[in-house]
Amino acid sequence: MVYLDHAATTPMLPEAVQAMTAQLTVTGNASSLHAAGRRARRTVEEARESLAASLGARPSEVVFTAGGTEADNLAVKGLYWSRRAADPARTRILVSPVEHHAVLDAVEWLAEQEGATVDWLPVDQYGRVHAEALREAIARNPADVALATVMWANNEIGTVQPIRELAEVAREFAIPLHADAVQAVGQLDVDFAASGLAAMTVSGHKIGGPYGIGALLLGREHAPVPVLHGGGQERHVRSGTLDTPAIAAFAAAGRHAVAHREEFAREIGTLRDDLIKAVKAAAPDAVLGGDPDPAGRLPANAHFTFPGCEGDSLLLLLDAQGIACSTGSACTAGVAQPSHVLLATGMSQDLARGTLRFSLGHTSTAQDVAALAEVIGPVVERARGAGLS
Amino acid sequence: MTDAAAPRRLRVLAAMSGGVDSAVAAARAAEAGHDVTGVHLALSENPTSFRTGARGCCTIEDSHDARRAADVIGIPFYVWDLAERFREDVVEDFIAEYEAGRTPNPCLRCNEKIKFAALLDKALALGFDAVCTGHYAQVVLREDGSRELHRATDMAKDQSYVLGVLDDRQLAHAMFPLGDTPTTKTEIREEAARRGLFVAKKPDSHDICFIADGDTQGFLAKRLGSAEGDIVDESGTKLGTHEGAYGFTIGQRKGLRIGTPAADGKPRYVLDISPVNNTVTVGPVESLDVTALTAIKPRWCGRPPADGPAVYTAQLRAHGGETEVTAEVVGEELRVSFTEPVRGVAPGQAVVLYDGTRVVGSATIATTRRAASVA
Repeated sequence: MVYLDHAATTPMLPEAVQAMTAQLTVTGNASSLHAAGRRARRTVEEARESLAASLGARPSEVVFTAGGTEADNLAVKGLYWSRRAADPARTRILVSPVEHHAVLDAVEWLAEQEGATVDWLPVDQYGRVHAEALREAIARNPADVALATVMWANNEIGTVQPIRELAEVAREFAIPLHADAVQAVGQLDVDFAASGLAAMTVSGHKIGGPYGIGALLLGREHAPVPVLHGGGQERHVRSGTLDTPAIAAFAAAGRHAVAHREEFAREIGTLRDDLIKAVKAAAPDAVLGGDPDPAGRLPANAHFTFPGCEGDSLLLLLDAQGIACSTGSACTAGVAQPSHVLLATGMSQDLARGTLRFSLGHTSTAQDVAALAEVIGPVVERARGAGLS
Repeated sequence: MTDAAAPRRLRVLAAMSGGVDSAVAAARAAEAGHDVTGVHLALSENPTSFRTGARGCCTIEDSHDARRAADVIGIPFYVWDLAERFREDVVEDFIAEYEAGRTPNPCLRCNEKIKFAALLDKALALGFDAVCTGHYAQVVLREDGSRELHRATDMAKDQSYVLGVLDDRQLAHAMFPLGDTPTTKTEIREEAARRGLFVAKKPDSHDICFIADGDTQGFLAKRLGSAEGDIVDESGTKLGTHEGAYGFTIGQRKGLRIGTPAADGKPRYVLDISPVNNTVTVGPVESLDVTALTAIKPRWCGRPPADGPAVYTAQLRAHGGETEVTAEVVGEELRVSFTEPVRGVAPGQAVVLYDGTRVVGSATIATTRRAASVA
């Protein structure tokens, strides 16, 4: 199989598998006081320190969660609740329209159920939020802002946001900024302390770790209201027995991803550029989505719009050839909807239906790109024949 | 010989509703050596999460059931969103027909416009050779290369009536793996269980898939609003009122809510629906007897009939019986006269003509001629 969907999930790294399997056969709840518990606790804390070091954070700033979605929910809902509790005037959320659904739907839920007002930050044609746009949005009334949230890099079109500039603006007004950095870790220089963020979401399985583990990096001055109540683990912010094997493996993957980041980004960027060239050669009217400047996009991301084609048809035809990729948009009961990200960048509904995202990873090879290059031309032609249903 | 038994390995797109029939059909097509891909059609624009009772076919649960069946069969599976086409071609047509005082058959319309049009066209464009469904009917390939549609081997299961709208080209790309084996529903369920398909025990779906609660009148009232009109007898005497003529079907007996009983004490039936003056005419059962009808928009399953009148059998509704007729094409119209009068013939329904087990074609009933004329 030619796997070009690493942004969905990427194979586990051998060192992560090793770290995980080593812990799976060992008993101990990290909250227990006896020797078995202390052993588990030690594993968790060493992993916490390691992950913190990998991401430029302090160990006390790492709150483990069951994945990126939970971390996003904790940041958005938790910070909204705590900021509003401190000052009832703070009910405005500033959010980019290109966020992952874990942020988007949490924000919309707060608007529907918790009295939040939502200010959608304007984005440019690449889906990028500019610092001035954030400043303008805040300046409309700095006193009523609960939080702002802008993802570090977009999961569909790969656009990288100017997170440091945005965080600087937020900091000026003492407003917490959250960023979903799930796609950024391992590809970009993600340093929590240097970023100036209040909170940042990371996920295990996107960087070669296991499924079901993630973390919210959370500045020490922030105490979001918990989403999960229980035994008081993780600074009383996220209760639940700690998943020692997954945490150990997450840290191992984090170490690898960060240690090899520069080399990986360079190599995968070259391979990605080859992929773009190959697709454009075979399907000349394919339009590259996102920022054409490599400095402005994730090195492993290539996103295309194929005018007149249905993304579903393209995916089916490539799947039948053993090539795995994504339409890049969210599904409702398996039905692809035009991507909210592309619509936010100003793309028409019809064009937004004909997209494919190819995302590379640590197992990608030149053969993968060659296999795609061989079939993409006829596939696009055939899908265009089937048209838009 | 049917397509399913053809030796050539075909690329087959199996429409999978999430029910047992289409799952077994897909499994049989795959077992016959074809390269099968499953597709579930999302036909509802606002699907509900779970099935309620035996109705509906477009819930997220049905989509999940279809996916699980495809997993077990070992075929790729996708969901295609045809909700917009379905709304335009089937649901809106259904409402417009009722509004005009006719009684449409949405399953037939769905086969004509969605499964063997929108779906088939997309399938062919994507390189598939055929669309496979769980219908009980047979496609027979003749020596000259043309195709015939026949009733299923098991007449009790036969669904050729709702396929009577398919033309030669559509038949050429249709595959019905359930139609040519004398299989009872129990046996299909046993086969599904044997194949590890957990939909084996799923209840059959009934009624109209896009009216999840089964309340057709309520559905129509919501769309068309209510408009009080008269219920009259054949002499024009007012017997009561109704909330909208579209809520009635010719031959309907229940739900008339007429206070006074008929003079002869016999039950009364809907004889005529007039949307123009919003009047429903009722009368005794004998007045329902129809001796002839005209039907429009004929479609021929394969070769068209020879000129001049000929004797056929006809079916007038899904699950209805057969009756002998003499039929003739005159211009754009199909004229049918019944050897014996038949009851409860509703404009809007399809008349499907058969020559033995072979489906000759179908047309939409436009007018009927009564034995005892209605005022």
